[in-house]
Amino acid sequence: MFKFLFDRDTWQEVYDSFSKNKLRSVLTMVGVWWGILLLIGLLGSARGLENSFNRLFGDFATNSVFIWGQNTGKPFKGFQEGRRVQLSLRDTKLIKENVEGIEFVVPRSQNQATVVRNFLSGSFRIAGDYPLLDKVEKKKLIHGRFINQNDIDFDKKVVVLSEDVYKQLFEKNENAIGAYVQINNINFKVIGMFKTSNINMGPPIDMHIPFTTFQGIYNTGDKIGWMMITGELEYDIVQIEKDAKLLLKNLNDIHPKDNRALGSANAGKEIGKVTGFLTGMQFLTWFVGIATLIAGVFAIGNILLITVKERTKEIGVRRALGATPFEIKRQIVVEAVFLTLVAGILGIISGGWILIGLDAAYGQGDDAAIVNASVSIAVVFIALIILVILGTLIGLIPAFKATSVKPIEALREE
Amino acid sequence: MLKINQLHKSYPIGDSSLHVLKGIDLKVEEGEMVAIMGSSGSGKSTLLNIIGMLDEADSGDYILDGLPIKDLTEKKAAVYRNKFLGFIFQSFNLINYKNALENVALPLYYQGMKRKERQEKALFHLEKVGLADWAQHLPKELSGGQNQRVAIARALAANPKLLLADEPTGALDTKTSHEIMAFIQQLNDEGKTILMVTHEEDIASMCKRVVRLRDGVIMEDKKVEQVRAEQYV
Repeated sequence: MFKFLFDRDTWQEVYDSFSKNKLRSVLTMVGVWWGILLLIGLLGSARGLENSFNRLFGDFATNSVFIWGQNTGKPFKGFQEGRRVQLSLRDTKLIKENVEGIEFVVPRSQNQATVVRNFLSGSFRIAGDYPLLDKVEKKKLIHGRFINQNDIDFDKKVVVLSEDVYKQLFEKNENAIGAYVQINNINFKVIGMFKTSNINMGPPIDMHIPFTTFQGIYNTGDKIGWMMITGELEYDIVQIEKDAKLLLKNLNDIHPKDNRALGSANAGKEIGKVTGFLTGMQFLTWFVGIATLIAGVFAIGNILLITVKERTKEIGVRRALGATPFEIKRQIVVEAVFLTLVAGILGIISGGWILIGLDAAYGQGDDAAIVNASVSIAVVFIALIILVILGTLIGLIPAFKATSVKPIEALREE
Repeated sequence: MLKINQLHKSYPIGDSSLHVLKGIDLKVEEGEMVAIMGSSGSGKSTLLNIIGMLDEADSGDYILDGLPIKDLTEKKAAVYRNKFLGFIFQSFNLINYKNALENVALPLYYQGMKRKERQEKALFHLEKVGLADWAQHLPKELSGGQNQRVAIARALAANPKLLLADEPTGALDTKTSHEIMAFIQQLNDEGKTILMVTHEEDIASMCKRVVRLRDGVIMEDKKVEQVRAEQYV
């Protein structure tokens, strides 16, 4: 069988029967070519979208949950409904110690502040943060650095501000690092500038100052606005959120069934939704691609069936000259597989071109909609194997048709 | 060489069936040149097809060169056809997208012969029919007589024991017919056994024996004085 595949005569026969009707052969291949082109194009685009989502989410520790206090929804232990829940540093410490699977808990306080520099001023959202924040929500620093432990230890009056703040308070091309801005009439030294992220958990923060400094200037003491909890990778973040909330309710005299008292945003859950959507899209892509491919392969089978019908007499002559039914079938199957393979390979190549085109059009820059649109070699190979299998199967139909006629009837055919 | 005993064949037509061969007895010795004659519907083509293993008899014996031909699988029939028989058709039945040489080489291809050997052998047979210079030409570039000579070369290529010709001159004009017949006679002179179906008296008279069929039975079977075709060429 394999010797047959490397025999020059086999391919001479294939070449002859195609060159006999070039137009029809080409039209036949268009079906499969189109199918695999769609498959590669769609899969690549889907992958590109996924990559771009991943890049957006890449700044987050995906197994994180953000929790903040709201107003209670149920009266409890003598407290009335509608009491403002105030989380504290003690809560974060107890959560870290008591809830299973926590990597770290980062508290944050936040406020609205008026910021002045020379004659420019603006109102911005300011947060007191720990250096750990950078691990939960990666800041893209353009210049300088983020808050470090030293800043915390010495309550330093330093600020990391966003690009947007810089644009409002500074002249173009002015160096911000080392400059001073006034927050609540206190001078802060700018130590870093970050790029505003496209995705935020909660309201976007314009300026970060050390947590301890925030405590000092706003006199917040033990109180915190938020806490960000990051779980160990092997733990389920949804369970951690539940455990942490239950503990917080205990500590803050909240009714266990009060769902309003604590607000939260679960990064893991949100990202899971998007990932689910992407998975659905991948599935749809495969489905559409394979369905188109199958339609294309059927077109090949159909054309071969017509070809076989047209060649009934020729097949009769060949059989009169001593071709066994197996040899006839083998030849037709080889033709079918050859057609599907050539069309498939052309489809893969042109699908690659489409992806290159997509990348050139939409894949450049930091905020590209489609990042690195591509398909893996494994997928290409799987597609080729599917093609060979489908080609063989579809080739068998005309092959059996060709030898089902008695040679004498085939010879009589005009 | 060839022995047929009480051969019957009928074709179903709708609900009834048409009895085409009604007990044929025929014996052909090696080196004979037999013409099977008869009007259309007499069963002469059916007989030739059964002898050519393209069709199967309903009952009766058929022994070719001591080998009983019965209940053959398609595969076996193909091998026997390739080994024992050479076909010459009225409409040549060359493969139109293959050149003369490739057409002649086709039976050898199905024998599994190597390409080079095959082409040498095919060229040898083309030379024999006088068409070596036309080896690379497609059938449409050749005349009817040339095409039939290519077909004869193809029939000879596998060196068969028996040549079967179905109206070999049916599609040719008189002059070309005589050329072809002269060639077939020459093959017979060299010892090939030839069985030919025809309805033309002058073609039949160029054979050594004429078998006349009517309504599925042999009416007459006699040796004749062979008319040489060369004299007309």
